[in-house]
Amino acid sequence: MKKILIVGGGMGGTILANNLARRLTNELKTGKVRITMLSASEKHMYQPGLLYLAVGKITPDELYRDQASLLESGIEFHVDPVEEFKLDNNQVKTKSGKTFDYDYMAIATGSRMFPEGVPGMVEGAETFYTEETALKMFKRLQSFEGGKVVITVGVPHKCPMAPLEITFMLHDYFKDRGLGDKVQLHYTYPIGRVHSLENVAKWAAPEMDKLGIKYDTFFNIKEVDAANKVLKSEEGVDLKYDMLITIPAHKGMEVLEKNGLGQNGWVPTNKTKLNMEGRDNVFVLGDTTNIPISKAGSTAHFEADTLGENLAAIIKIGMPVREYDGKVFCFIEAGKDRASYAMFNYQNPPDPKAPTKAVHWFKMAYNKLYWISARGLL
Amino acid sequence: MAENKIVDGRGSFCPGPLMELIAALKSSQVGDVLEVLSTDKGSVNDIPEWINKVGHEYITTTESEGVWHITMKKAK
Repeated sequence: MKKILIVGGGMGGTILANNLARRLTNELKTGKVRITMLSASEKHMYQPGLLYLAVGKITPDELYRDQASLLESGIEFHVDPVEEFKLDNNQVKTKSGKTFDYDYMAIATGSRMFPEGVPGMVEGAETFYTEETALKMFKRLQSFEGGKVVITVGVPHKCPMAPLEITFMLHDYFKDRGLGDKVQLHYTYPIGRVHSLENVAKWAAPEMDKLGIKYDTFFNIKEVDAANKVLKSEEGVDLKYDMLITIPAHKGMEVLEKNGLGQNGWVPTNKTKLNMEGRDNVFVLGDTTNIPISKAGSTAHFEADTLGENLAAIIKIGMPVREYDGKVFCFIEAGKDRASYAMFNYQNPPDPKAPTKAVHWFKMAYNKLYWISARGLL
Repeated sequence: MAENKIVDGRGSFCPGPLMELIAALKSSQVGDVLEVLSTDKGSVNDIPEWINKVGHEYITTTESEGVWHITMKKAK
């Protein structure tokens, strides 16, 4: 029997597990293959929904499903996070003390925001990368009656379009509340343009100009002086704010760093084969990799499609059948009722078009269709 | 002559090498010469522009076997 172990029950791990279960139906039935998933939670969160929670467009219950309900029958599922990786023995040890053996392992544990890395940020800034912080941000927004709102960005972070999306959505949020003239939005970004993807930056800067949103580039967050409401940059700029919203820099999961799998929890990964560098039977998906590509749900999705096909082929014919081409697809909300999108891969950069209502409504539909996507059907 | 302080940003992607440089500058003295190694071509524009904006001294950029070497002096 070949044992496939999937560590992590987010988008990448879930799509991979379901993809494999469908491709290996007979092997599962006849006991030639076992697929096991270990996750830290019994719930599965639709993380892109947090953006909408922060502006009151959805409620928390819409973000969750029971993880077990998303998995194909035949997949063994345990809420029992891994604490120790013994790669030389093809084993992991979990929080409950159990040991799981594997022939092939996929690590898809995701990433987490790390606002603690900047002095004063936890106390002084709002963010929306967890249910708790997104709700807190919404409550703060609802009581905000005017002033300067600074949106600031640390890197690397999850969801490449989130800084732009929250900025454009806040513009419309305040306009709808009749505060358009009383609120000044001020966006900052660490490099010399408003987004790391050059064509996205070329698209976004004129959109900001059109909406009267100010921006500073080469602005790297040094500290937040919460008492005096001043954001300080490494470049020596002090920016006063009335409300500070941050996209904090992220790290990979602590357990990976503790086990020496990668600095800051990012695991060195082959960008086309998706195996962990130096390991032929360990694969890495989604935010967890150190691949120079966006940390986005769609990245995890397309990587999982590739790895599912390859792992099934390895079981059936002893070799993988294709390579990951770097495909990513991101919607870009450009306000409350219009959106664009960016589709790109290792060879072809994105080329976002003027936002439309149609793309926005497609995104709204995808927010519901995600649950079909997680099942590996879309 | 003191050796350059190497900031190895190879394998990191935009804006990673710039972040590595910013972190290295915090533990450097005025007058130290730092050499950033980057495999990301975006660094060739971003890092010198950042150095000039902040007021450090940009020295040179060279390329060898796919690695860009961007050298600067901490000025303040």
